Amino acid sequence: MRLLNLFKIAFKAIVLNKMRTLLTMLGIIIGVASVIAMLAIGEGSKESIRENISSMGSNIITIRPASASSSGVRASADEMQTLTLKDYEAVKEQATFLSYATPLVTGKGQVINGSNNWPSNIYGVNPDYLKIKVVDLQSGSMFTDSEVKTASKVALIGQTVVDNVFPDGQDPIGQMIRFNNIPFTVIGVLEVKGENTFGQDQDDVVIAPYTTVQKRILAIDYISQIMASAISEDDAPNAVTEVSEIMRIQHQISHPSKDDFSVQSMEELISTFSSTSEMLTLLLVAVASISLLIGGIGIMNIMYVSVKERTKEIGLRMAVGAKGADILMQFLIEAILISVTGGALGVLLGLGSTVFIEKFLNWPTSVALYSIVISFLVCAVTGIFFGWYPARKASALDPITALRYE
Amino acid sequence: MSKAIIKIEDLKREFTMGSETVRALKGISFDIKEGEFVTIMGSSGSGKSTMLNILGCLDQPTSGNYEIDGVKIKDLTKNQLATIRNEKIGFIFQSYNLLARTSAIENVELPLLYNSKVSTEERRKRAIEALQKVGLGERLDHTPSQLSGGQQQRVAIARSLVNNPVMLLADEATGNLDTRTAYEIMSIFQELNEQGITIAFVTHEQDIATFSNRTIVLKDGNIIQDYKNHNIQSAEEQLAKLPKENH
Ligand SMILES: Nc1ncnc2c1ncn2[C@@H]1O[C@H](COP(=O)(O)OP(=O)(O)O)[C@@H](O)[C@H]1O
Ligand SMILES: [Mg+2]
Repeated sequence: MRLLNLFKIAFKAIVLNKMRTLLTMLGIIIGVASVIAMLAIGEGSKESIRENISSMGSNIITIRPASASSSGVRASADEMQTLTLKDYEAVKEQATFLSYATPLVTGKGQVINGSNNWPSNIYGVNPDYLKIKVVDLQSGSMFTDSEVKTASKVALIGQTVVDNVFPDGQDPIGQMIRFNNIPFTVIGVLEVKGENTFGQDQDDVVIAPYTTVQKRILAIDYISQIMASAISEDDAPNAVTEVSEIMRIQHQISHPSKDDFSVQSMEELISTFSSTSEMLTLLLVAVASISLLIGGIGIMNIMYVSVKERTKEIGLRMAVGAKGADILMQFLIEAILISVTGGALGVLLGLGSTVFIEKFLNWPTSVALYSIVISFLVCAVTGIFFGWYPARKASALDPITALRYE
Repeated sequence: MSKAIIKIEDLKREFTMGSETVRALKGISFDIKEGEFVTIMGSSGSGKSTMLNILGCLDQPTSGNYEIDGVKIKDLTKNQLATIRNEKIGFIFQSYNLLARTSAIENVELPLLYNSKVSTEERRKRAIEALQKVGLGERLDHTPSQLSGGQQQRVAIARSLVNNPVMLLADEATGNLDTRTAYEIMSIFQELNEQGITIAFVTHEQDIATFSNRTIVLKDGNIIQDYKNHNIQSAEEQLAKLPKENH
């Protein structure tokens, strides 16, 4: 009952000073709106990175050669020849957390079809590759295990290669192309995937049996990577551990610090990238929080002025029976009403600008519910925190001193 | 033998300003009985307001005893004092002290807002009744800036009545008003007194004192006179005798 009355009193004071209240709120409004918008941008970019990386196959596990940290001279990963088909076979046979695996050898070269040529990459893999990378075919079919065995000169090509070496719109299936002067029959065209997170064109690729690439193009017997997929995303960490152990036995390594390979899951890659964007989010939120703080100081300032201005009114209220606690609550409620209303308007403005950013600037955004809840709570706390001192001061006034105040 | 509403005994109030001590009240004693209409007179600076503020529990004496309606004020906490002000006292100021931009009825309701025993409907009802008593039943929604000085003081009187106090305390309540309006206000006080309300009315105007039934005169913080008025004038009659205004 009494509290309701105090709410009415505080509400009336706010309504009587609409313009000033609005200006006071402005700091809070901008503060909250920017916290929400910044978090939405941060979350949005994190999600888009995650989606992007996941679209490359979220349970992919890669095994690469790596220089043991104890060895003196470090070679670059490309030059290292420590990964072999034997390793691949061991992993394939022993690992229980993997569903598919393929050796991977890569090379660069020129794709030629008649007078058209185009510099591209060739990936030597086995038929599992499509399942690991989650790529479909636009047309044609994948090569078979027996074609791998016989090192057949067959290839699948990505859309970028199609566009550049078959510019007349002819069906590439069954056509002959040359890669570094080795003739290949095109047996399939990969589905369009676009750019990945790192800006690489995933359609600028030629895929062929790894045996063919090893023997006929690169003339090597080692492999550059083993690519595999874990049974599920959740099993990826187990798969990483398991594969590492198999590899250590293969390479007779006694201690993880001496590993001459690295096993990485896509999940780890995602968290690496997420953490950079998290840093950025944190920074943005810090900046936004400062503006919220400034908004809070604005409230304190206006509450001070308000208490000063209304000293006589406070005296009168006390003269007709208001207790110190009533005066304290009145001003506290006023401060909280200002900050919470400001917070609500700030949430609206924040959501509005998020929509604007998404629509007109084309940035990915994602509004997190927690950011709304938190900024709202922060507002209420700001109101209490910055309203407390002036309210306290008002409540401690002596009735007669307050009444006499000019 | 009616009971004493106010009992004060050897009341002193000193103000210390730096090294100087102002002795505003130098040991005052008197009783005010239920139903009395007392005017407190004296020249400016004689200590009238200081005394009334203490009677109204707005200020505390430096020493001495004060009892209102059987309650000893000395031992009360700030909150208990607030409750006394809320429930037992109606205070009327020279400068009205109404809340600006706030309607007459809301101004009158103010004391009841701080009394949790009074419901919203009850509050409104009592405020309207109080305003009707002072002849402003038609001006409930007017704000102070839409009212004359006399009307504003009537709102203030209504505000002081709304909590059914045992005592009205008025500090130069007619000080800002012309004679005619002052008499109108005095006739309201007389009417209220006839209904049984005890009144202490501070003034420095001799003619105002003739409307009361007792006068206490202060000088330099001491009571120099305290007498019953046997020839009480009616404010209404005096008002009729005043030369008519031109409208
Ligand atoms: N708050 C105060 N601080 C210092 N002196 C005061 C204060 N209030 C009143 N006085 C002094 O006390 C004396 C009596 O004042 P007051 O009661 O206001 O007189 P009155 O109302 O009769 O004109 C005056 O000398 C005045 O200066
Ligand atoms: Mg005075």
